[in-house]
Formats: sequence, C-alpha cells, structure tokens
Amino acid sequence: MSNLMTDDYRTKYTLETFSFLPDFNADEIYDQIVYIINQGWTPALEHEVPEKASRHYWGMWKLPFFGMRDPNLVLQEIEACRQAYPDHLIRVIGYDNYTQCQGHNFVVYRPRGM
Amino acid sequence: MSTQTFDAGVQDYQLTYWTPDYTPLDTDLLACFKVTPQAGVPREEAAAAVAAESSTGTWTTVWTDLLSDMEYYKGRCYRIEDVPGDKDAFYAFIAYPLDLFEEGSVVNVLTSLVGNVFGFKAVRALRLEDIRFPVAFVKTCMGPPAGIQVERDKLNKYGRPMLGCTIKPKLGLSAKNYGRAVYECLRGGLDLTKDDENINSQPFQRWQNRFEFVAEAVDKATEETGERKGHYLNVTAGTVEQMMKRAEFAKELGQPIIMHDFLTAGFTANTTLANWCRENGMLLHIHRAMHAVIDRSPKHGIHFRVLAKCLRLSGGDHLHTGTVVGKLEGDRGATLGFVDLLREDFIPEDRARGIFFDQDWASMPGVFAVASGGIHVWHMPALVNIFGDDSVLQFGGGTQGHPGGNAAGAAANRVALEACVKARNEGRDLEREGGDILRDAARNSKELAVALETWKEIKFEFDTVDKLDG
Repeated sequence: MSNLMTDDYRTKYTLETFSFLPDFNADEIYDQIVYIINQGWTPALEHEVPEKASRHYWGMWKLPFFGMRDPNLVLQEIEACRQAYPDHLIRVIGYDNYTQCQGHNFVVYRPRGM
Repeated sequence: MSTQTFDAGVQDYQLTYWTPDYTPLDTDLLACFKVTPQAGVPREEAAAAVAAESSTGTWTTVWTDLLSDMEYYKGRCYRIEDVPGDKDAFYAFIAYPLDLFEEGSVVNVLTSLVGNVFGFKAVRALRLEDIRFPVAFVKTCMGPPAGIQVERDKLNKYGRPMLGCTIKPKLGLSAKNYGRAVYECLRGGLDLTKDDENINSQPFQRWQNRFEFVAEAVDKATEETGERKGHYLNVTAGTVEQMMKRAEFAKELGQPIIMHDFLTAGFTANTTLANWCRENGMLLHIHRAMHAVIDRSPKHGIHFRVLAKCLRLSGGDHLHTGTVVGKLEGDRGATLGFVDLLREDFIPEDRARGIFFDQDWASMPGVFAVASGGIHVWHMPALVNIFGDDSVLQFGGGTQGHPGGNAAGAAANRVALEACVKARNEGRDLEREGGDILRDAARNSKELAVALETWKEIKFEFDTVDKLDG
C-alpha cells in the first residue's frame, strides 16, 4: 500500500472525556449519571461560552445537586440549563468529596456549529 | 545497664537480635526479608545476623557498644515464617527503632536496610520483600510534588485513565523531527507524550533543542485541540546541576511536566528534583530503568513494591509499574498490590498480593500508575479493568505503528479508551465483552478499525519469572 493511500487526519477540537465518541443520546447520558450517583458522587452542571472552554472555571448551573438520587431530575436540569444558555457548552460533573477531585466530567451539549 | 561487662570476641547474634517476644511499636520501621541461609546456619542465627548487620551490629563486640543503649537502638527480628513453596528460604520480620533513621531520607533507610547485609556470608541470598514505614517517618517526607488529584485538576483530565506514548525511535531523531512526532501524537488525542529514558542530551539531539521544539509541539496541540497536553521532558543528567538547569528551562518554556529516572540517578537527586517541582508547580514523571536488575530475582534483591514505596516518599507524580498484559515481566496480583501502595491512603496487609504489612500514608498524595511497554489497542479493555482511572496507559508502538501514522494511532487509542470507560460505567464486563466493545466503537472510527486489524495477532505469553510465593 502506498502511503498516498492513507487518510489525512484532521485535528479535532475536542473537550476531554468522551469527546472522541459520537454524541450521547439521552439514555447514554442517563447511564453516566447513574454511574456518578452509584459511586456516591454529587452530580453538578457547568456551562460556558465555547471561546472560554479551555479555562479551568466554567459558570456553575445552580449549586451541585447534593443528595441527588434521581437521574431523571439531572436530565431535566441539563435541559433547563440548555434553554437558559443555548449558546453555551454544558458539562456534567461528578464531585467526589473523598478524594476532593472530580470523579467524572464530560460535555453533554455543544451549541450548533461545534 | 551497669551490670554489662565487655567480653571481646565474635558476636553471637542470636542472643541479642532474635527477640520473638517483642511486640513492634507503631513508630518502628518494619521490614520483611526473604532469607536463604548458608547450609547449616540455623534460621534464628541467620535472621538475627540480618537484623544486626542492617542496624547496630558489627561482626565482633566492641567496647563502645557499652557506651550506647544498645537495647534501645538495635534492630530486632521478632518473627520467622516459612516461605510457601520454598524450603530453603524463610521470611524474617525485623523491627527497627525510628531513631535509627534520618528524617525525610529514604536514602538513609536504604543504606541501612539494604547495605552491607546483602553481601553477608551467613546468607546465601537475601531479598527485601516489604517495608512498613511508620506514620512518624512518612510525615517527615513530602512525597509527590502534586499527586493524583492536583494533576487531574491542573490537566483537566477526569473520569478516565490518561493516554500517553513514548516517542520512537528512542534514539537518533533530530530535535525537530522528534517534536513533529510529539505534535502528531498529541493532536490525534493523546494527553501526554514521553521522552524515552535513554534520551538525555546526545550529539544527535541536545536537550535545549529538544525542549524548544517539543514545547512548540505541545503548545500548538493544546491550542488546536482545546485540551491540556504535556510531554515528559527528561531532565535526567550526569550531574544534579545539569538536571536542575534542564528543569528550570522546562519551566521557563511553560511546560507542565518533566521526567526523571529515579534509580539510575539516585534517590538524593530524585528528592531534590521532587522538592523543586513542588515549589515550582511542575509535575514529575518517574521512569524506573535498572529496576529489574534489583527486583526480578525471587531470591535476592529488593522487591519492586519497596522501590515503589520509596519513590512515593521521595516524590514523583507518575511511576511505571509494568502492564501485566504487555511485553514486560509482571505478575498480576503483585502488580495490583504495589499499584495500590502507590495510589491509596491505607493499604492493609494482603499476602495474596504480596503485601506483608499494613501501610498508612497519612494523607500523602498518591502516584499515578503508568502502564507502558508492548501494549496495543486490543489490550485496552483489560488495562482499563486492571489499572482503573488513576493510571497513564502508554502505547508507544501501539500509537506510532498505526498505518495512518501517529495522529491516527492516537485517535484509535483514544476512541478505544473512551469506549471502554463508557462501557465500564454502564456496568458492562470489560474483560469478557472487550472485543465487542472495541468492534462496536470501530464502526464510528476508521482509525480504530485499522488499528484493530493491524494488531490482532500480537500476543506476549511468556511465563513470569518472579511469581508470588506459594
């Protein structure tokens, strides 16, 4: 096989965990929220304009959902956040208070054109 | 004791250093040695001799012993156990009082414990299996410059292992071509790339040139992908002054992480560098060249779990641990044991994983386990299962050997990794369903499809030389 047969690989603008997979549907997001809750972590949402996506801090959507056990309520909050900030990226976070780190963090919504 | 008298002559170690009634103190440093005595030497005598030679004793009685409180300072063998499956050897458990060691110096601990005693005639072979560092000693060491949590926060990597790769060929590339290889890996989806341990500052590639070209590659990939990227710039050098000069330059270039070889360069250099990293906000990747010389023989030397503990005390944010599944030696149970010793805060005794003592790290930050060497995309499900999130999975040939080049190889690995993490979080069994998970993911990634085709048949199924006893 000649090297001319290989493809051109285009650099992708990605946003860390899960951004190399196709966009998740609601069921797939639901499963990840269940995982967060089952680990004993606190789900939370953050949103930011795409131009500032690489900064450490994004805007917080309300407070983290302490004590949350219902994945459907988290899905509803994602939808509410999207309606309030349709031009923003949105990510789901799982706060682990034992390690004082985020156990999970992935983008669930990209505005059109991203 | 004023009743002591001085009797010149060769020591009868057993009388002084074999103390089966002794209950170790929380502040004692405990060690477990596997002792293979010379024929005819009783176990108690050999064990006591090891305790003596690794602490206060010398081969003969000296009058100045009586000026010191030997009862307080001596190491004591307090337990002897059979080694399962080996009738020549036995385990000797020895307790050392904390005062025998300088604060914050793993160098001093090793100089005592694995010093002259390893050449001692009464033993045919000797292996240091484990050390219990008391909290009182742990608290005198600063440990990893950043630790797992801080590194995740700095690099914005959450919920998954990080992906890395050693740039190949390991020797001979010009600095500019080398930087190209780095850029291609990072833009394709790797988080980190690595200097090979052999790369220091050779005529074909001086360190300044490498650092400058690599820094541009890292910065460009970071900007274009929107993700935080890094390259372990190897600052290992012939002198500590040179090492520090290289570290300073990496910081000047705004790079996040440097690397060091802790065994060939030594613990003094490593601890100095780790302290500098902590003060300068740099991450520190640790390579382990020479470890197999020390740790591979089941009869003689130092088990890697001891070297790993010493590294956590000396300081490093990443440490190579072997892969279990790749081309290099590594028993699964023993590897999982020292991976826990690197990452967790309290690790209970667990003989099934070669852990002889409870170890309390008293909140010292953890170290990422690095799995590197002969692994490729088909290993991904097993690696995610074995090593979990707090690891760096490094695919060297498994990235750069992709028919589409480094970027395509990196993308293949990243897709495979994310597919495995997603499946794991959904409750699927990675080791049983791994093949399906990868094949499904390849439907949306031609890079992964090509990778799965390329590496299908490669296997490493040699037996492990150093197995756990039993």
